[in-house]
Amino acid sequence: MSIKKIHDQQPETFEFSKENLDAAEIILKKYPRDRKKSAVMAFLYLAQRQNQNWIPLAAMKYIAKYLDMPYIKVYEVATFYTMYNLAPVGKYFVQVCTTTPCLIRGADKVVEICKKKISEEENTLSENKLCSWLEVECLGACVNAPMIQINDDYYEDLDEKSTSEIIDSLLQDKPLKPKSFRNRINTAPEKNKIETTTNKNA
Amino acid sequence: MLKEEDKIFKNLYNSFGWEIEKSLERSDWSNTKEIISKGRDWIINEIKTSELRGRGGAGFSTGLKWSFAPKEVGSRPHYLVINADESEPGTCKDRDIIRFEPQKLIEGCLIAGYAVNAHTCYIYIRGEYFNEGNRLQEAIDQAYKKNFLGKNACGSGWDFDIHIHYGAGAYICGEETALLESIEGNKGQPRLKPPFPALVGLYGCPTIVNNVETIAVVPTILRKGGKWFASLGKPKNTGTKIFCISGNVNSPCNVEEEMGIPLKELIEKHAGGVIGGWENLQAVIPGGSSMPLLPKNVCDTITMDFDSLIANKSGLGTAGIVVINKDQNIVKCMARIARFYKHESCGQCTPCREGSGWMWRILERAGRGEATYNDIDLLENVTKQIEGHTICAFGEGSAWPVQGLLRHFRKEIEKNCVGEPTFKRKKDIPYLVDQHLLESENA
Repeated sequence: MSIKKIHDQQPETFEFSKENLDAAEIILKKYPRDRKKSAVMAFLYLAQRQNQNWIPLAAMKYIAKYLDMPYIKVYEVATFYTMYNLAPVGKYFVQVCTTTPCLIRGADKVVEICKKKISEEENTLSENKLCSWLEVECLGACVNAPMIQINDDYYEDLDEKSTSEIIDSLLQDKPLKPKSFRNRINTAPEKNKIETTTNKNA
Repeated sequence: MLKEEDKIFKNLYNSFGWEIEKSLERSDWSNTKEIISKGRDWIINEIKTSELRGRGGAGFSTGLKWSFAPKEVGSRPHYLVINADESEPGTCKDRDIIRFEPQKLIEGCLIAGYAVNAHTCYIYIRGEYFNEGNRLQEAIDQAYKKNFLGKNACGSGWDFDIHIHYGAGAYICGEETALLESIEGNKGQPRLKPPFPALVGLYGCPTIVNNVETIAVVPTILRKGGKWFASLGKPKNTGTKIFCISGNVNSPCNVEEEMGIPLKELIEKHAGGVIGGWENLQAVIPGGSSMPLLPKNVCDTITMDFDSLIANKSGLGTAGIVVINKDQNIVKCMARIARFYKHESCGQCTPCREGSGWMWRILERAGRGEATYNDIDLLENVTKQIEGHTICAFGEGSAWPVQGLLRHFRKEIEKNCVGEPTFKRKKDIPYLVDQHLLESENA
């Protein structure tokens, strides 16, 4: 369960844009007609994407009305799940995986770089207001550890040098492309490393 | 070692392309209609013959699970739900299946859906896998275009639809009843069992919940025969499995191998060996973070299958292998896992909600060398109070790794647990757990 702060400055109103209204209708078709409530998670995502990656209270009220459910139920869902941001985050939202498989391959160094380059505290905007970062739990790319997620994309197989380069590129608003920064092919073993180690053992 | 022709996931690293045309070349969808025409009982029996056990962690017999679904559809429709909420630290196999072998999953969904009388399937994918979800949606759209899904799917006479539902970063939604709650639009908090989902599941209807890997191997099993699958691996631990090898190895990777492969062979052949050599190995977490770790002397000889790991008081779980070498502080590694469980506890029942925090704080203190000599017994006591007293199995999953640490590395913790208890030091820290002892002295 996450502890989340609701932002102190809330917009008065919220409404889905035209495109999101269409998207909402498509989402509703996935579920049985009398089970509209199921769409609440998808709707919160729509609201989050429409509102610079965070969800204001007005959006929760709007969704509650849209889906005929009590506002508190929407609030419950929005505060339970960690991926809903209830306060503004940077245009580039950096999530650093620090669970054990990443930690033992150097995630703590990645965190240090984020602290130094973006902001001392988590969930705080960088000086130029472009970036914010957060320590998160396992992102499910343990074989490509350490890794970070920037908005939707996974940046894998990092070290101190590549992390610095990535964060610098974000701060200059020219983000590098997501990939394996050791030039690996997805999750395949690195053949050259296996060969060199077997030679050593021989 | 597994022969190339016996591999099920030939495109695990995307060497051949994931698009439907490419998967057709790898003989996906080649005789789906024929398989389905053999009927429900044949499919379920063939899966029983193959002795396939669920790949999501518990290792329950898949054929048996399917046979729990009511034979006739009553007033309530049946549902098939695929668990792609892969969040167990150390595990990243489902992501590769979704990215590179989506048609195997989709075909498996159709066959499994037919076998359990379901017309609708929901794939619950974790929210962080946004790009992977888009890829899967694309693959589903391609399958619809070829009439493999939808009305009269693949010419089988069975109507079948697949929908994707995104999670939003809750580990607990990997628990099947929490996952169903989440699809229903609630907080993901597990339900009491029984009733089991096979009878009362999604929207109160009969529901079969399976892991991605379990469903994705089904078409190949039916094509090559249950006997072929049962001939791989060991008795009762049959077939192939994707192992995710991460941590302190030279070349971390995902690899498909036979069940029952020796752990040492797996690490040395596929992952390039432990950093610093096999002698530098400290411990291995064999099946995702919930499974108790194994010390080096066990790792020397252990084979990777459900039963031999259970015999060593651990488990295969999801087969996410985390290798920890001697350069790491084992107490700090486990403290981080305890923090994971503290963060991900859903908060519904007290032993897990409070206990996971206690375990984390004690291990954190031990990692810093500030723990007291009675902390170690307190820690053991807390794990025992969690185990067996929670609504879902994930509560126990938080206690097991700590119990494993206590079982095998008690000396390591004892070295750090030397301080006097706080109440003896007369230090006034109001939130500390042994503060009540101060009060009783004053009483």
